[in-house]
Amino acid sequence: VIEERKVAGTSARRVDGIAKVTGAARYTVDLSVPGMAHAIVVRSTRAHARIAKIDRAAAAASPGVLRVVTGDDLLAAGLTPYYGHVVLDHPVLAIERVRFHGEPVALVVAETRREAAEAAELVDVTYEELPAVIDADDALEPDAPILHEQRGERVGDEGMDQGEGGLVGNVCAIATVGWGNVEEAFKGAHLVVEGEYRYPKLYGYAMEPYNALAFFDQGDLVVFSSAQHVYMVRRDLARMFHLPLARVRVSAPYVGGGYGTKSYTKVEGMTAAAAHFTGRPVKLDLSVEEAVLTTRSASARIRARSAFAADGRLLARDFEIVMNSGAYTDNTPLVNSKTANRCFGPYRIPALRVVARSVFTNTVPSSSLRGFGAPQGNIAGELQMDEAAAKLGIDPVELRLRNLVGPGEELMPGKRPLDADLRDDLRCLASALEWPGATVGRSIGLGVSASDAGAYPTSTAAIRIHSDTSITLFTGSTELGQGSRTVLSQIVAEEMGVPLERVSVVNGDTGVVTYERTTGASRTTTITGRAVQEACRDARRRVRDLAAQTLEIPAAEIEDTAGGISARGRELSYGEVIEQWFGAGGEVLGHGAVRRAEGFAKMPPFYEIGCSGLELEVDRETGQIHVTKLTTIGDVGFAINPALVHGQDAGAAMMGLGASLHEELIYDGEQLANPNVVDYRVPRFSDLPDEVIHLLAERRDGSGPYGAKGAGEGAGNTIGGSVASALGRLFGVFPHELPATPERVWRLMNESEKGRRAR
Amino acid sequence: MGRREIQLQLNGGDRRVEVEDQMLLIELVRSLGLVGTKLSCDTQVCGACTVLLDGRPVSSCTTLAIEADGKPVETIEGLADGAKLHPLQEAFIERFAFQCGYCTPGMIVSAKALLDEKPAPDAAEVRHWMEGNICRCTGYQTIVDAILDAADEMRSAR
Repeated sequence: VIEERKVAGTSARRVDGIAKVTGAARYTVDLSVPGMAHAIVVRSTRAHARIAKIDRAAAAASPGVLRVVTGDDLLAAGLTPYYGHVVLDHPVLAIERVRFHGEPVALVVAETRREAAEAAELVDVTYEELPAVIDADDALEPDAPILHEQRGERVGDEGMDQGEGGLVGNVCAIATVGWGNVEEAFKGAHLVVEGEYRYPKLYGYAMEPYNALAFFDQGDLVVFSSAQHVYMVRRDLARMFHLPLARVRVSAPYVGGGYGTKSYTKVEGMTAAAAHFTGRPVKLDLSVEEAVLTTRSASARIRARSAFAADGRLLARDFEIVMNSGAYTDNTPLVNSKTANRCFGPYRIPALRVVARSVFTNTVPSSSLRGFGAPQGNIAGELQMDEAAAKLGIDPVELRLRNLVGPGEELMPGKRPLDADLRDDLRCLASALEWPGATVGRSIGLGVSASDAGAYPTSTAAIRIHSDTSITLFTGSTELGQGSRTVLSQIVAEEMGVPLERVSVVNGDTGVVTYERTTGASRTTTITGRAVQEACRDARRRVRDLAAQTLEIPAAEIEDTAGGISARGRELSYGEVIEQWFGAGGEVLGHGAVRRAEGFAKMPPFYEIGCSGLELEVDRETGQIHVTKLTTIGDVGFAINPALVHGQDAGAAMMGLGASLHEELIYDGEQLANPNVVDYRVPRFSDLPDEVIHLLAERRDGSGPYGAKGAGEGAGNTIGGSVASALGRLFGVFPHELPATPERVWRLMNESEKGRRAR
Repeated sequence: MGRREIQLQLNGGDRRVEVEDQMLLIELVRSLGLVGTKLSCDTQVCGACTVLLDGRPVSSCTTLAIEADGKPVETIEGLADGAKLHPLQEAFIERFAFQCGYCTPGMIVSAKALLDEKPAPDAAEVRHWMEGNICRCTGYQTIVDAILDAADEMRSAR
């Protein structure tokens, strides 16, 4: 019998702590191997153009240059020159045509990075310009230039692809959700709130920019990379080089920030191509400016209508969403469908209609970023609750309480019932924020969300018990900073009854560890954690089998103990069982797998809950917002490591604050005006709210180990709506566009009676 | 392109190295195996590359290596005394003041410069001093807490 929990549920120190505070932690950017050459990317100076000619003679003759690689080289060599986990349309290097300013056109490989950079200036590309389209609505016009006359092959599986129905013109993805008679419901409504809402394009700014190191070892491709999803990257590379999966190894050591931006293939294909053509190990390190040109999140324009009864009950909601998803498909189908599923909020809605379309434009391709469609839709869905409350004269918290879906009720027909108590969460939040607030000149905003986690539940894990009763865990989950090494170690220590110090983790290396679908959508603790539990149980079973053989007693008489077994009054550690069975040395291997079955049969595998809010004040002269208080409720079922959960909530909320107050990628004509962190301002110490409170709600209602469920996105999803609703209550006019920059806030103040009076 | 030999006291040890005139201080320290110092924004706003030059925090991404000639240079690798961590390092672990860890070396080095100059800062002073260091993971509160803890610890150890 396992004793009460000892390790799970404690804020155990991070197992990567010493490495990270001493500078010893190695990221891909720190790696080098003997004979390594360096690559620099030549990027398009046009937003949309046919490539007439690439003259590489001068660059090829430049000192130190080994090779100038183009997309045509990949075609000529018979490689698959495209990547994409849903649609195979993203060229490794541009082929015949460029579709956004900054797109990789060629790669210069040289002995040193400086030589490669100097030669890159000499690559002469002749373009024949094509009409470009930057705005998503313009791209939907009948006469808009079309980016993809021929669509790429669809290679996504059921976990990521919504199919190609309705994809005409520049529409990259379309998702519809709905039920009930929407028009009838609107006709009978006491109040209809209607509006158009905008959410900006964002750059995630993971501080380690994208980079990779690639080489071939006896024909096997080895790639070290800053990737979140090593197994997804492996699939793209295997396809590109026509290699079996077993002959491609992708490894992510420590990763310097991910937040979704390092999901899926980025620079790995280019770097591997350079290694292929030069026969050398090649390193490619992007700058931050180049990272901005690699991935961003999708902006959204949302037309929304909500119908209410006089008592505040929601009768119907209607959303029409257009997202700007950039030049290639990447993860857009999944983000698009999640935006559709998340915009209407965790409310009982008798009639619903959502149509979300993501549109190709000649801009940087968009993909995943923390929240993944949720923040985009949340500003429309949640703000309309606040707008309705103001018009109905009902307290906004009370209005939400009247409409929230209860525990065990379905949010969407046929999907997993809600695994959370949002009403209780919201009451907690309101109380912690001292809602409705009494300080003159300050205003509180808050909100809720329930995200259907975009995590197809395929995970595996393995553990090896060594002959000294120490244990190594193997997991395909990458350590992005979220603390997965620590939490998964805690699960092993808990299950196996060994001290945390006797557990080590090998992770994120497809050549060594077991399969993991992705490291995203807050899945690791919940889904990988379950696989780790299964691996531990498998290993325990094997230990009991070995003990039964050496003790010559039935396995049924053997009981698990902390760190070993007991039988007929004898206590043996794992190591003793192993050594007695083998005679000398040896080990036991346990394997665990979870799939879309049993506890994970119903999608989503869990709901990620957002329940956070803030109090702010505004400088009436400048329009500058100052956040006086920030509060998050971490409804995680069970916090295996409370400090790490608080860390996720704090980080997500602060990212949400950045997007709400400052961050926006701006196109000036056909190129980005602010592709750097000087002009694109992310939160700094001065943005830290005066008071920060992180609370936990633990009801053991998650599908993960000990009732845990995912954290990491939720706290950020509601911050945009919180800022907007707080401003709305302060000035009597609700802003419909983020970020709430000083200029926008100043205009808002001047638009409103209440705002003018307040000045 | 000129080359010259410079002499510096790197984490307490005398080093003579030949450098190109245009070499940056971050390139120098990383080429010497001290890769704890990280490059990020490359425009002197994020603080990830912070090292102490003559006791003062500088962005090594925009400092020439030759500027370090004859001066002490301290990087994250110089803080711990063997296996004994610096109080700031201890406090960062204890307070969970990092996640991905990429900004952490620069963050801790900047904080050390603060505590060297001002052993008893208040929270507002910590926030103000650290404005030049960006962290995308933690939301900053745990970093402020860690620095204040370390200041307490260092004062009581005196």
